[in-house]
Amino acid sequence: MAATTAAPHSPISADHLCVGYGKRPVVEGVTLDMQPGELLVLIGTNGSGKSTLLKTLAGLIKPVHGDLHLLGEHAGQLPKRVAYLPQHPVSSHTLPLCVRDMVAMGRYAHLGLVKHASPRDRELVEESMVRVGIEAQAALPIRDLSGGQQQRTHLAQVLARQAEVLLLDEPTAGLDLNGRKLVADLVAAERARGVTVVMATHELTDAEHATSVMLLAQRVVSVGPPDVALRDEYLRECFGFTQPH
Amino acid sequence: MNFLFGVFAHDQQLRLELIAGLFVAITCAITGTFVVLRGLSFIGDALAHGVLPGIAVAMLLGVSGMLGAIVSAVLMMSGVGIVNRRLRLSGDTAIGLLFVGMLSLGVLITSRSASLVGDLEEILFGDIAHVDWSTIGIQFIALVCVALTFTICRRPFLLLSVDEGLVNTSGFSAKFFHNVMMAMVAATVIVSFQTVGTLLVMGMLIAPAATGALFARRISSMIMIAALVGSLSVYIGLLASYHYDLAAGASIVLTAVILFALSAIITETRKSLSRRHEDDDDHEHPHAHGHVHI
Repeated sequence: MAATTAAPHSPISADHLCVGYGKRPVVEGVTLDMQPGELLVLIGTNGSGKSTLLKTLAGLIKPVHGDLHLLGEHAGQLPKRVAYLPQHPVSSHTLPLCVRDMVAMGRYAHLGLVKHASPRDRELVEESMVRVGIEAQAALPIRDLSGGQQQRTHLAQVLARQAEVLLLDEPTAGLDLNGRKLVADLVAAERARGVTVVMATHELTDAEHATSVMLLAQRVVSVGPPDVALRDEYLRECFGFTQPH
Repeated sequence: MNFLFGVFAHDQQLRLELIAGLFVAITCAITGTFVVLRGLSFIGDALAHGVLPGIAVAMLLGVSGMLGAIVSAVLMMSGVGIVNRRLRLSGDTAIGLLFVGMLSLGVLITSRSASLVGDLEEILFGDIAHVDWSTIGIQFIALVCVALTFTICRRPFLLLSVDEGLVNTSGFSAKFFHNVMMAMVAATVIVSFQTVGTLLVMGMLIAPAATGALFARRISSMIMIAALVGSLSVYIGLLASYHYDLAAGASIVLTAVILFALSAIITETRKSLSRRHEDDDDHEHPHAHGHVHI
């Protein structure tokens, strides 16, 4: 696996960032300074602003105001170095694509319009399928797979990018217990090679190994290491209840 | 054999019609694949009808109908964009408004001109009998342009078929490549209307590509199946039209739809047979696929 070179700029830095749609803010006052290998977990209820923040980091929507830089550039400027897994990616029933083709799309950012895929590109596609345990289904049409297998395929596509920043919106959605463990292991492996990960989730357990946690409820309720950000008073404020001790 | 092949050898006009039809079939196969995958049938249909006023005005002015169709298509796509963005109406509402507006305008223009009343049927249902080498030349150029566009833009087009966000996060502009795709749809509609008519061109865009989607596991094979089905439809449609004095455009499109229906029956039967086979295997070997539950 290719080692990630040390980034001269902070992987993700945000200063008083306000995210939303058009001029309508959804979450205000987001300040981040993430370092290589760190994991930020975004937790909150539906509509709390997790996906909006991730889409902004991915460059899909513009910030309402505030500063945001990924690897020293504005969001969306470095597709080769930033990979994004959307929430519940849809696979059309008519789409005639096999799993391998779908995963290979993860390399398009590097290949552009006309560059031919190199043996290394193909190797990375095969490696990514093995990492998520979908290699046996490589030749099957994506439309014939279960929801969990489709999610693994999309994860493999993100891994094939070999990015330095991973933005994952509910990567464990639709996965069984084995799948959830797989995602946790993949995130750990990516962090070990210096990849910075931001992950949105509903599961408090996903935050166990995080460098920091951001609790969202259409505003930043708390941010910091898991033991600080997930204190009972913050959880009660966010969800209306606390986790059993 | 003469019934199937001989007529094309003896009738030069029929040969021209066959060449024109095959070019349309292959062009529609490439474009239609993305129309089917992206669910663009409505805008494609609207474009096919929306070019009517342009063609009618061009005919009144004595210039090429294709030129009029191009002007109409550009006006219509700009109109859809303006209604969509400025008035904040949904995309399909904007398309629907422009669609009925342009179609009504086209019918009004043709109904007010005695010289055009007879032409309306030709515009709507095609007039393959008047195809000549210049039309075939334009269709060939359009086919080359559409094939080149597909070859160059296949990656962003593929990403667009999966998810628009994925296009942007892969370093391409979803908006730009969507517009390129729409230009490809418009070009296909414009060069095909003389052969199958503006009403029936959607049949050639959708039916062969939908048949391809039933069998294909890759985009390239979907296009190849669509081209094969489209070409077969042109051949059978022209034969039926020649021998039984039927409208050529409608015969071609109806053949394409019948081929789709037959393919759908075959794939569904194959699926249900394989399901039954699996069920039989489960009854005979109940533990063959089972897991040990502790």
